[in-house]
Amino acid sequence: MEKLISKYFIPGKTSFLADYLADGGYKAARTVFEKYQPKDVVDLVKQSNLRGLGGAGFPCGMKWSFVPQNTGRPVYLVVNADEGEPGTFKDKYIMYHTPHLLIEGIIITAYANNVHKAYIYIRGEYVEPYEKLKKAVEEAYAKGFLGKNIFGKGYDLELVIHRGAGAYICGEETGLLESLEGKKGFPRLKPPFPAVVGLFGCPTVINNVETLSYVPFIVNRGAEWFAKLGSDKNGGLRLFSVSGHVKKPGVYELPLGVSLREIIYEHAGGIREDRKLKAVVPGGLSAAIFTADEIDVGMDFDQLRNKGTMAGSGGVIVMDETTCMVKALLATMRFFAHESCGQCSPCREGTGWVHRILERIAKGGGRGKDIETLLDICSFMGGTTICALADGAAMPLRSYPTKFREEFEYHVREGKCDLDLVRHSEREARRIFI
Amino acid sequence: MPKLTIDGKEIEVPKGTRVIEAAKKLETDIPYYCYHPGLSIAGNCRMCLVEVEKMPKLQIACHMEAMDGMVIRTNTEKVLKTRQHILEFLLVNHPLDCPVCDQAGECWLQDYYMKHGLYDSRVNENKVKKPKAVSLGPTVMLDAERCILCSRCVRFTDEISKTFELGIINRGDHGEITVFPGKELKNPYSGNVVDICPVGALTDKDFRFKMRVWYLKSGDSVCTGCARGCNIQVQYNLDRPHHTKGDRVMRLKPRFNENINKWWICDEGRYGYKFHDHNRILKPLKRTQERLEELAWHKILPEVAHGLTSAKSKLGVFLSSQLSNEELFLAKNLFKDELKIENVFLVPGNPPGFQDDFLIRADKNPNSKGAEALGFTSQDKAIHAFLADCEKGLMKGVVVFGSDILTGLKEKKVLQAVQKLEWSVFIGSNHNLMSEYATFVLPSATFIEKDGTFTNFEGRVQKFEKILEPLGEAEPEWRILVTLARELGIHFHFDRVEEIFKEMALQVDFFKGMTYEKLGMGGSDIRSMAAPTIPALEQDANIL
Repeated sequence: MEKLISKYFIPGKTSFLADYLADGGYKAARTVFEKYQPKDVVDLVKQSNLRGLGGAGFPCGMKWSFVPQNTGRPVYLVVNADEGEPGTFKDKYIMYHTPHLLIEGIIITAYANNVHKAYIYIRGEYVEPYEKLKKAVEEAYAKGFLGKNIFGKGYDLELVIHRGAGAYICGEETGLLESLEGKKGFPRLKPPFPAVVGLFGCPTVINNVETLSYVPFIVNRGAEWFAKLGSDKNGGLRLFSVSGHVKKPGVYELPLGVSLREIIYEHAGGIREDRKLKAVVPGGLSAAIFTADEIDVGMDFDQLRNKGTMAGSGGVIVMDETTCMVKALLATMRFFAHESCGQCSPCREGTGWVHRILERIAKGGGRGKDIETLLDICSFMGGTTICALADGAAMPLRSYPTKFREEFEYHVREGKCDLDLVRHSEREARRIFI
Repeated sequence: MPKLTIDGKEIEVPKGTRVIEAAKKLETDIPYYCYHPGLSIAGNCRMCLVEVEKMPKLQIACHMEAMDGMVIRTNTEKVLKTRQHILEFLLVNHPLDCPVCDQAGECWLQDYYMKHGLYDSRVNENKVKKPKAVSLGPTVMLDAERCILCSRCVRFTDEISKTFELGIINRGDHGEITVFPGKELKNPYSGNVVDICPVGALTDKDFRFKMRVWYLKSGDSVCTGCARGCNIQVQYNLDRPHHTKGDRVMRLKPRFNENINKWWICDEGRYGYKFHDHNRILKPLKRTQERLEELAWHKILPEVAHGLTSAKSKLGVFLSSQLSNEELFLAKNLFKDELKIENVFLVPGNPPGFQDDFLIRADKNPNSKGAEALGFTSQDKAIHAFLADCEKGLMKGVVVFGSDILTGLKEKKVLQAVQKLEWSVFIGSNHNLMSEYATFVLPSATFIEKDGTFTNFEGRVQKFEKILEPLGEAEPEWRILVTLARELGIHFHFDRVEEIFKEMALQVDFFKGMTYEKLGMGGSDIRSMAAPTIPALEQDANIL
């Protein structure tokens, strides 16, 4: 399998301008300025079936075509590098190892959407990727790839890197815009959508780091080639972040539509200590969970949606047989309760309430109707709020207790984990062998 | 104009109307907390979720614009069930301390629970602890645990008062309203945040723990604090004087008037009600060298009348722009037309003060414009001349309405001048320096104890009505004038304010075409008087 982005992922190495140019870098950017009209680039990306790889999977070219160009206001490009979805760490790799690929993608996207000012909103905790990216941007400015009259083609493009302050909700695109405008990261009511009224009230293109990093490849090698790499209407490859109980956790660049079984057993080397697989989160923490029997599924946006979960940000979290699902859900809900912005009542109160119920169950204080209550809260938390955080919390909240009902019931009934025995005997066994 | 259907009823509304407003017009009840017609849309409480045909998810009615052909359902099982659960969410961390909460009785959580909730609690967890009884500023207290984070108060300080004191800190269910570091909630409109707070999070320091709201009764009136004439509600209690040391008026609340004050009033007006119950003149008084004597009305008025007749033209009358149109009209008829007194002056009841570009006017009197329409203008020079005459001993007496001319006038030697007079009459509701000097002190009613009209600075004539009986033996000024005139042998055939207004509308150009009945409690704009009939102004229910 050919690697596109991940060929740059050499441990400890960042390919700065010299390396990137030697590898044929910025060829695509030059090509669009020389051969294409902005509209052609949009069409090209449309044909490539490139999907938004930040999590929503919205067709990228289509998103660009929604941006009105006749409002008399500038169009902004905002790159969402606030990678916060637990289990996802691909954008970090891109910005660390090959920042110029992202910058080239930004230049092409800016040209396609008539953008003269672009922002990268990078997660605050990403200190090293930020430093690499900052250096790369400086290089690009020095070389004339950014700033006034880029590539000598009479086109201006300013690129600003803005560091976030550590809120998950600022990865939600309108929360991000609020934060970028200097306000508290409260997602906005939609409509109007950011394509029409976005940053500073102007039309705004918002794309994920990975999405834009594939754009140079599409320009260089054609939309058809890219589309064929993936599955039906899910063009190209994507970076799967695999973590959890596998032998080789890491970022794997694979075609959209690859089977989950293949990711876990072939690429990630199978389960640690060759234990039994128990559950997999296929697309970041907000995705509904799969049991071990459900992993023969194609990992693209449409197939996973049909299975009642989502491809999301491509974060694959693998859990083996020693995982307590109540505690896994508790950890999940602790995250959402901590990260809910607190704007909408169902999410603000619901996530915290659920967290406290789970904490009580995990501590052995479960009560008769707790599971029903959890599921009931879940059905009124999802779909009733401004942004998708509550939906993201509702997905695991519904799927864990549904798919592992017996385990949850045991916890509530017995006040303890049915895995304790397993763990205990395991510890005993180890002690004997040591 | 888009036409939409809400619960089977069709309605056509102007483009841009929100579904929640369209539903209000159909009297379809959609509950809400964060929505306020005077503020921007926050859409965070989620109480107003409704079903829209062809949309998979429920939509919030406060944000959704009415579109042609839209079909809305507000009472399906899905909507009702969701509403119930949203309310449950809102109450998860609510302390449910209704017995000690000042908002109890006018709390939207209580009201909606009875209407849309009625579920059994499933909360077995501890509640999130937040600061309680926090002073946000001179007027407002915060209980962060009761707060449902609807952000109305934040939007008020951002959008209406534009003072930006409030914000929400922390995330999730730890979020709380607070003032920015080093700031306090201190602006001329701060009290409004209490009105718009749907729960007991923001309470009014002035009203806190004074009276349970269900003991309050309410009457509509007009604020007299400045020339704006904001529409207000006077909330009072007569049944439980032991709770309030005998005070009747407990608080003032704004009353919606699209043309004047919208939903708001200023703090100056809001807290300026104490004079109704405090420092009142309760009985007619006669001051002699030796003592102060309480006299009945029927004994004191002939004496005053005698003074007036004997003084003839050696008399000055100081009217006040706190008087109603009708009273000024009567006073003009009596003193100028009948008694032919030259020295009839209008002085501001209250000295001018702060003005802003929102509601507060520098002129702190409710009826300066009405006085102007009746022909009273500023007469500084004439007043100066009159006072000079007094000092020279050329004048005999003076009649003063309401104002404390001793301190209120720009002239410096008023006291010396007044002391040279043989006698003086003070007609007013409250004691001031003038009432300490006057020979005759006649108690008058405050504006909530009488009927009448004021004309605000824009020329809008507004009616105010008698809400409470006058304290003690006080009487409305117009009645005092009518009775006094009778003592002088002049017969005004006026028994009610309407009759005076009718006469005034015949005689004074400014009021032509108006009738007292049609004024309504929302007032009429003189500028729309071209039409022969006065359009009854639409009066929304009190949206607080």
